[in-house]
Amino acid sequence: MGLDDHDRDRERDVSVGEEAERHLAAAERRRGLLLALPAYAYMVVFFAVPLVIVFAYSFSTRSRTGDPTFSEVGFDAYRKLAEPLIRNVAVRSAILAGVTTVICLLLAYPFAYFVATRKPTARNLLLVAVMIPFWTNFLVRNYAWRVILSTGGPISGVTEAIGLGETDLLFSRTAVVIGLVYSFLPFMILPMYASIERIDWQLVEASRDLYCSGWRSFTKVVLPLSMPGVIAGSILVFVPSLGAYVTPAILGGNKEPLLGEYIVGQFLTARNWPVGASLSFVLMTVMLGATLVYFRSGGKNL
Amino acid sequence: MSTTGRRGGVGGWLLAGNGGLVLLFLYAPIILLVIFSFSGAKDPGVWGGFTLDWYRDLGGDRNVQKAIGVSVRVALVSTIVATVLGTMAALALERFEFRGKRIFDALLYLPIIIPDVTMAVMMLLFFTKSFDLIDAMFGTRIGKGFATVVVSHVAFNIAFVSVVVRARVAGMDSTLEQAAADLYSTRWQAFRHVTLPLIMPGVLGGSLLALTLSLDDVVVTQFVSGPGSTTLPVYVFGLIRRDVTPLINAVSVVMLVASLVLVVASLVAQRASEGRRRRELIITGEE
Repeated sequence: MGLDDHDRDRERDVSVGEEAERHLAAAERRRGLLLALPAYAYMVVFFAVPLVIVFAYSFSTRSRTGDPTFSEVGFDAYRKLAEPLIRNVAVRSAILAGVTTVICLLLAYPFAYFVATRKPTARNLLLVAVMIPFWTNFLVRNYAWRVILSTGGPISGVTEAIGLGETDLLFSRTAVVIGLVYSFLPFMILPMYASIERIDWQLVEASRDLYCSGWRSFTKVVLPLSMPGVIAGSILVFVPSLGAYVTPAILGGNKEPLLGEYIVGQFLTARNWPVGASLSFVLMTVMLGATLVYFRSGGKNL
Repeated sequence: MSTTGRRGGVGGWLLAGNGGLVLLFLYAPIILLVIFSFSGAKDPGVWGGFTLDWYRDLGGDRNVQKAIGVSVRVALVSTIVATVLGTMAALALERFEFRGKRIFDALLYLPIIIPDVTMAVMMLLFFTKSFDLIDAMFGTRIGKGFATVVVSHVAFNIAFVSVVVRARVAGMDSTLEQAAADLYSTRWQAFRHVTLPLIMPGVLGGSLLALTLSLDDVVVTQFVSGPGSTTLPVYVFGLIRRDVTPLINAVSVVMLVASLVLVVASLVAQRASEGRRRRELIITGEE
């Protein structure tokens, strides 16, 4: 056998090996797809298709009978969103969600800082203490405030006892904000804790060595380093507050609807599917945008 | 950790005070609710002497019992389906390359991000329109009911299960599976005896989360349930919107206890998985 033959043999071996590998890789891909297929098919049929249907309805118009129709397709429903009525609902929701976020920030930051600076045992205990309400039934947690704020209830009893007279907070914006803060406070505490806990405290010591006051080393070192947690927490509170439905329904009364209730109303009572569909689509887009910001701010590592 | 963070003085006291207030804020409402569920007064927020009447009423309330039955069945069926599908999806996404993987990945994130209300609207329109279509084609009269509730719960639960299981699979050492393959185990044997036990804490955690979400859901269920398929939260939500009675206090406490049992179970599962992880690290020599 000549040297050339040998080389040729080896070349063929290599190409046979490559082909076998390609086959193997293709088989692996098939296997992966097969494994994913049940969930994939389920999500396409029962999630992607419904999403597309809502999107389609947001471009339909309301016929004289109230039924949505596709005989005229356009941006009508989206244009309606800019009308004062809906704009007021959106602005009111955004303000309440904003106030909720700020209150959560003010309560959660010192708390997260406190937790992050405890010894490990105390730290874990405090974290579990935050997690437990977070896992308990959402409806029940909101209902609890309905009981507490009711006329003649505990809060009213306390204010009466200290001479402020009976308070009637239920069915007000204040009650809704209290309920939202209560519902979403853990969402603010947990990411904040995660980013404060990661801070290298030697940096703080260095700033103190350089004659920074305690306050100054906090604002110049700790606060900037914990910013990712602040941003992530704010998004995690603001976004669900904006679309909240259960809390305003239980604590807000029916005087001024918020976005969540308004959308539900378009389907269950007002029968204006195009407006309901377009509004829920816009809400979803806002949330998607916020989530992208959240991932950018390092939320994925939390 | 240095002493910087644990300074004493006014700042330290303020921090501790705020900590106490936050904990009070988180727990007082729940505790008060439990206390008032034993109150004899007609107003749900007023103390009127100890009584077990409301719990006795609860025991005799057919509607509540029926709703509890529906809730439990919906939660169990949707959790089992979502756990199987979600785990398969997690393994496929973490361990394989396949066509359309990125779309699948995105599709599985959406139910987590999407507002409840949007999801509810989506499912309502989907079922209404597809049932209209089927009725027109086959002359049937299908309505919303148990099946539509389960289908919707599975749709959001697959996503949550797969996120939890993926985290577990990603942190897992794949050399153990390779070792099983080297020892001539079939793929099924390797999965059954190596992969599955390793990802079990994730699967358990994911299924507990699914169970909790299913038992919690009000908005989506309200949109897709029909007569006879009202879950407990939807029934209670309806009661609250009509009129608040001490009976609701008692139902709420039952729901509270159920969710607390689930929290404790998931905390225990988490601890068990941490212990297991540590043992794995010791076995593989990383620790």
